Amino acid sequence: MYEQVTANKRRSWALVAGFVVFVALVTVLFAYLVQGGVIGIVFALLVAVALSAGAYWGSDAVALRMSRAQPAPPEEYPRYHNIVEGLCIASGLPKPRLYVVDDPAPNAFATGRNPRNAAVAVTTGLLEKLNRMELEGVLAHELSHVRNYDILVSTLAVTMVGVVALLADVGVRSLWWGMGRNRYSDFDRRQGGGGPLAILSVVGFLLLAFAPLIARVMQLAVSRRRETLADVSGVEITRYPPGLISALEKLRDDSTVVHATSHATAHLWIEEPAAQTPAEGRMARVNRLFQTHPPIEERIALLREM
Amino acid sequence: MVPLIILVILVVLVGLYLVVSYNGLVSLRNRIENAWAQIDVQLRRRYDLIPNLVETVKGYASHERETLDAVIQARNAGMNASGPHDQAEAENQISGALKSLFALSEAYPDLKANQNFAQLQEELTGTEGRIAYARQFYNDTVFRYNTKIQSFPSNILANSFKFREREYFQADDETRGPTQVQF
Repeated sequence: MYEQVTANKRRSWALVAGFVVFVALVTVLFAYLVQGGVIGIVFALLVAVALSAGAYWGSDAVALRMSRAQPAPPEEYPRYHNIVEGLCIASGLPKPRLYVVDDPAPNAFATGRNPRNAAVAVTTGLLEKLNRMELEGVLAHELSHVRNYDILVSTLAVTMVGVVALLADVGVRSLWWGMGRNRYSDFDRRQGGGGPLAILSVVGFLLLAFAPLIARVMQLAVSRRRETLADVSGVEITRYPPGLISALEKLRDDSTVVHATSHATAHLWIEEPAAQTPAEGRMARVNRLFQTHPPIEERIALLREM
Repeated sequence: MVPLIILVILVVLVGLYLVVSYNGLVSLRNRIENAWAQIDVQLRRRYDLIPNLVETVKGYASHERETLDAVIQARNAGMNASGPHDQAEAENQISGALKSLFALSEAYPDLKANQNFAQLQEELTGTEGRIAYARQFYNDTVFRYNTKIQSFPSNILANSFKFREREYFQADDETRGPTQVQF
C-alpha cells in the first residue's frame, strides 16, 4: 500500500517534469525559429500565467457553480458529514466545505486551491445508491485530491498547455507568413547552412504545429496519474480497499449521466461524467490518450492488488 | 578567504538543519498529544449519546431490560475505567452492547421509524468510525515520530534532547477479534 502511494507520487512527478522539459523545448524551438521570439515567449508566459492564476484562485467557486452544487447542511445530511469528519480525523486534514448536486447519477468531485479552502461535492444519486463503506471510499478519494494538491497540479498542467498553444499559434502563423528568422537576418551568418537549415525549419514547423496536441495528451496523462494516486492514497486513509472497489463497480454499472457538467470540469469528478467511449476496439488505444480518467476496470484491478 | 567562506556556509547550513529538525520533532510530538486527546473527545461524545439512545429505546421497547442494562453498564464501566487496559475492554463492551441494541431495533418497526432514534443511530455509528480513525491517526503519527527518532542523522538530535519513542495504541487480543453479539 505505502509502496503504491510512493510509486504513484514518483511517476506523477516524473510526468510533470517531462511536461516542463517539453514546454522548455517548445520555447527554445520558438525562440530559435521565430524572429523576436523572446518577446513572444515572455508575452505567452504572462498571458498563460495570468489566466491560470485567476482560474486557480477562483477554481472552487467556478467549479461549484458550473455543476450547480448547493451547500449541504449537517442536519439534512448527517451521514455525509459524519463520514467526512471521520476521514478528516484519520488524515489530519481540516474539514472541507460540503456540497450536494441534485442529480441522480452517482458521482463526486473535490475542488479548492489548498486544504484550508477545499470543497467536496457529491450528487444526491451517490448518497442514495452507495452504502456507508462505499461512500467512505469515494470521499477518501476526494479528500486525497485535496491532500495531494491536485487542483494545483492540474492548474499547472493547464497553464503549460496554454503556453504551448499560444506559442504554437503565433509560431506557426509567423513562419507561414515568412517571418521566420533564418530567412532574413541569420541566413548570412550561418555559412552553408541553406540545405540542412531549411530541413530543420520544416521539422521545427511541424513540431510546433503538433505541439498543442502533444501538450494536451501530456496534460491528460497527468490527470490519469493523479486519479490513480487519489485511489491508492484514499485507501491509505480508510485502510479498506473493498469499500472503494465496490463503489467503483456501482459507478461502472450505473448508466445515468451527470447533467450539470461540461468538458471544463470533467477531470474533477471521481469518474468521467460523460458517457464512456468503449474500452475495446480499434480506436481504443487512441481514445485512451484523450481520457481524463484511467479505465474503471484498471482502477478496480489495481485496488484488488492492495 | 575562500576556505573561511566555505566554513561559514557549512556552519550556517548545519545550524539551519538543526533548527528545522528540532522544530519538526517538537511539532510531531505535539501532534501525538493532540491525536490522543482527539480519541478522548470522541469517546466522551459516545458516552454523552448513550443515555439519550437508551431513553428513546425505552419508550418503545421497555421490556428489553437486559439489553438496555448491558449498554448502561458498559458505558459506566468505560467512564470509570482506570488504565488503558480496562478502558479498551470497556470500550469493546460498549461496542458489543450497542450492536445488540441496534440489532434489537429490527424487531420494533415503530422504533426504527422514530426520527430521533435514526438520528442517534447515525451519530453513534459516525462516532464509532471517528474513534477508529482517531486511533489510526494516533498510530500513524507515532509511526512518523518514532521513525524520525530512529533514523540517522535525526537520531543524534533526538537523543541529545531526550525525545523518547512513543508507544502505539494496541488493540488487545480480545478487542482485535470479531465482536461477539448475543441475542
